[in-house]
Amino acid sequence: MSQERVIVVGGGLAGLAASVRIAEAGVPVDLFSMVPVKRSHSVCAQGGINACNEVARQQGYSEYQHFDETLYGGDYLADQNPVLEMTNWAPEIIDLLDRMGVPFNRTPEMNRDLRLFGGSLFKRTHFAGATTGQQLLYALDEQTRRYEAEGRITKYEFWEFLWPITVGEGEDKRCVGIVAQDMRTMQIRSFRAGAVVMATGGCGLIFGKSTNSVICTGGAASRCMQNGAWYANGEMIQVHPTAIPGADKLRLMSESARGEGGRVWVPRKKGDTRKPTDIPEPERLYFLEEKYPDYGNLVPRDIASREIFDICVNQDMGVAGQNQVYLDLSHMDPDYLTRKLGGILEIYEKFVGDDPRHTPMRIFPGVHYSMGGMWTTYTPGSYDPGARHGVHNPGDVPPVGTEVGRGMQHGAHNNMMTNITGLYAFGEVNFAFHGATRLGANALLSCIFDGLFSGVSVVNYVHDGAPKSDPTDALDQGVFDRAVAQEQAKVDRLIGSPVGDSDPTDPTHNPYAIGHELGVEMTAASTVVKTGPRLERCMKKLDELTQRYQGVKLSDGGMWTNQTLSYARAVGDMLILARVIAEGGLLRKESRGSHYRTDYPDRDDPNFMKTTIGKYHPDGSTSIEFIPVRADLVQPRARTYGRKDGDSKSQSKQETVTAS
Amino acid sequence: MAIAYAHESTADQRRANRQKAVEGRTVICKVKRCDGPGKPTRWESFKVPVEPGMNVIACLKHIAQNPVTSDGRTTTPVVYDAGCLEEVCGACTMVINGKVRQSCSCLIDEYAPREGDTMTLEPMSKFPVIRDLWVDRARVFNSLKRIKGWVPIDGTYALGPGPKETQAQQQVRYDISECMSCGCCMEACPQFTIEPDESKWDTSFVGPHALAQARLFNLHGVGKVLKNDRLDELMGPGGVSDCGNAQNCVKVCPKGVPLTESIGAIGRQVTLRSFARFFKGNK
Repeated sequence: MSQERVIVVGGGLAGLAASVRIAEAGVPVDLFSMVPVKRSHSVCAQGGINACNEVARQQGYSEYQHFDETLYGGDYLADQNPVLEMTNWAPEIIDLLDRMGVPFNRTPEMNRDLRLFGGSLFKRTHFAGATTGQQLLYALDEQTRRYEAEGRITKYEFWEFLWPITVGEGEDKRCVGIVAQDMRTMQIRSFRAGAVVMATGGCGLIFGKSTNSVICTGGAASRCMQNGAWYANGEMIQVHPTAIPGADKLRLMSESARGEGGRVWVPRKKGDTRKPTDIPEPERLYFLEEKYPDYGNLVPRDIASREIFDICVNQDMGVAGQNQVYLDLSHMDPDYLTRKLGGILEIYEKFVGDDPRHTPMRIFPGVHYSMGGMWTTYTPGSYDPGARHGVHNPGDVPPVGTEVGRGMQHGAHNNMMTNITGLYAFGEVNFAFHGATRLGANALLSCIFDGLFSGVSVVNYVHDGAPKSDPTDALDQGVFDRAVAQEQAKVDRLIGSPVGDSDPTDPTHNPYAIGHELGVEMTAASTVVKTGPRLERCMKKLDELTQRYQGVKLSDGGMWTNQTLSYARAVGDMLILARVIAEGGLLRKESRGSHYRTDYPDRDDPNFMKTTIGKYHPDGSTSIEFIPVRADLVQPRARTYGRKDGDSKSQSKQETVTAS
Repeated sequence: MAIAYAHESTADQRRANRQKAVEGRTVICKVKRCDGPGKPTRWESFKVPVEPGMNVIACLKHIAQNPVTSDGRTTTPVVYDAGCLEEVCGACTMVINGKVRQSCSCLIDEYAPREGDTMTLEPMSKFPVIRDLWVDRARVFNSLKRIKGWVPIDGTYALGPGPKETQAQQQVRYDISECMSCGCCMEACPQFTIEPDESKWDTSFVGPHALAQARLFNLHGVGKVLKNDRLDELMGPGGVSDCGNAQNCVKVCPKGVPLTESIGAIGRQVTLRSFARFFKGNK
């Protein structure tokens, strides 16, 4: 019997951390990616990575406080145990990255420098300039290359994941490999594996223009869902408050710009045509600072996005009457800005033409991150407080220390495993950790944590789980051949309907036009502000697009490096995922974190402190159900961030739960 | 082919172009196309209506949705490589108006401000074409393997922090570590030539980026454990002596990586290493 292999799909932070961890344990890894892994979307992360550190600790911070902030930020939608484990691990993860050679910014005494980030009153964000994601990705890319040179990791770059191959049905369903396609030769083939780790990131392209890379279609997650994996909390989409509007995409302007002192404002006078630098201080409306005196410009992203949206759309006070507000760094020392934020200031200058060191930037919210993703489970660790812990204030002694406070059992087979045995989901495509809003600089942490912590679970599962009793090698080849034939048939159907003599620019069956309309619709109906009627219309529009997609016609019928085929196939998968995202939003009749319904403006814990589960059925339909959040550690409390005005959300329903 | 560089058009010129960019204009995208390795190349032109802030990628997206040439022929969408569209992943590198650069950060307003202006798009010439504007840059990453571009840590266990460094040291390493392996420096380097034969990659020129990366890891407290291995590799065929000091690399680097400075530093390290080997043997 040859040794079982593990397949990792996706070469961003989560996929690379998993690959390194699993290969290090002696299990050979096949790493699949649509791009050379060094170009994965993690490269776009800018601001930093959160972890409790000695300075913050001596000011009253702790891993537990980081845990509490993450739950509060996520409006209590996250299962709590995995979050505790992640925040406990954070300091060690920073040390590891440091050892790998990440050039973290330094203090004069050569310690790692720290910056302030949203959702915390403590400096607990470590950073490497303003391209932290790039630097972390490169460090893991280098370690991956090292193992590749040693023959422990085999890379399949420019290969697209098409399907998870499974045996068994229902609860016995087990993943035993994948079907993938070489994006150059268009060859489709199967690969066997003892376990498969999905680390395929987010689904920003469903919203058309977003801060995501062009590969972030959500197609891989959708394909897993179509083979029975649950998709959780799809409606929880993070809209980043500060993006640079662009014709092809929205470029991120990091939260670190505000962490380092950037201020958000609009002219107090509607339609003020003066240059921003000519508007004196008293005539500027710093609306976030006025409304949230404690957190100011560093309220969590969903709150900042809604306030900016409100100023521009409801109050019509956007700069120059357009959907834009100022993000202002021009009051700060230009040399300091270059040292701390150089990378992102250059992006702004290159794409907009103004130097943000001297002119306020013009920004508007943009779709950024999916808190939702494939549903995963875990085995709880040793920490069992009996009664849930209440409010935790800075300086309070944490109810549990990192030594004894295990949130998850290290190495348990099912940690971050989906409802399909042997199929794992790590990183952004995993729904765990962030609840209804992700705090800035927690994404890099969750990705690397998944790879390192649950990578061990994958190894243990391959050694002692189903692959031991029932080795993948012994499975009937027919299982794999049938999966390849299924994918080949999909390709044949798409290729077999060329544009031919009809007008290639006719949008009716043009995959690019359908993808574009999908993005416009989803952005309008399912982002910053949602309502029931608008989401219902969105569902109808999705039906119409799905109908049109049935007759999709490709303007490239070749079988060599056919990007049109790849995109058109993804559009079909995006349409299915979009239905789950929109319907989840429609059925979640409350407001929580990033999900804001004007027709249900309050959080409703009795009915909706629940995980949304999206399922796909063999007849092509999708359905939504809700299962309880696993929240045994901390009592939920109202999420106000010290908001100053009187009209904060009614908290009656929340209080009934908190008191129980 | 003489290469002119995007960075030689000054920021002032680009800003001036942006100011005078005509609204509602149409530009011509002239694309050098090729259906696959060994297939003939051809030029196709497309009329593209320009929106403010539009870049080359937005033009290619427009063409994908409307694959009709300016003389009315239906064709296939143009194949190209792209990723982040924020000039941080390196994927969308191509030769635009004769200059190698990322296409995402190439704004039409800055280069084709008038009605009917032409943007010329070609694949990089130093890497084998896969199709149209998409080239195979696997050799770029192979170079990083050759120079052992990693810190040899004792595994991913919790073993405390890494070595401390000063702010100045961090700044030097960070500047080199921003290299996104895009290939601009190799495209511009007269010493770096196309090599489709993979078996020759380990002896042909590693390229400016890999020389800088060798310096990066030699600067790290633990990375320098492999310093001699790196220098021995760069002493051999395809190493630092292949650099002809044309200094084109540093002019085209979109990230401002100090390439020539790094090549100089590696050159000195290699010289010292060769003396050491001569006097002390191969240790």
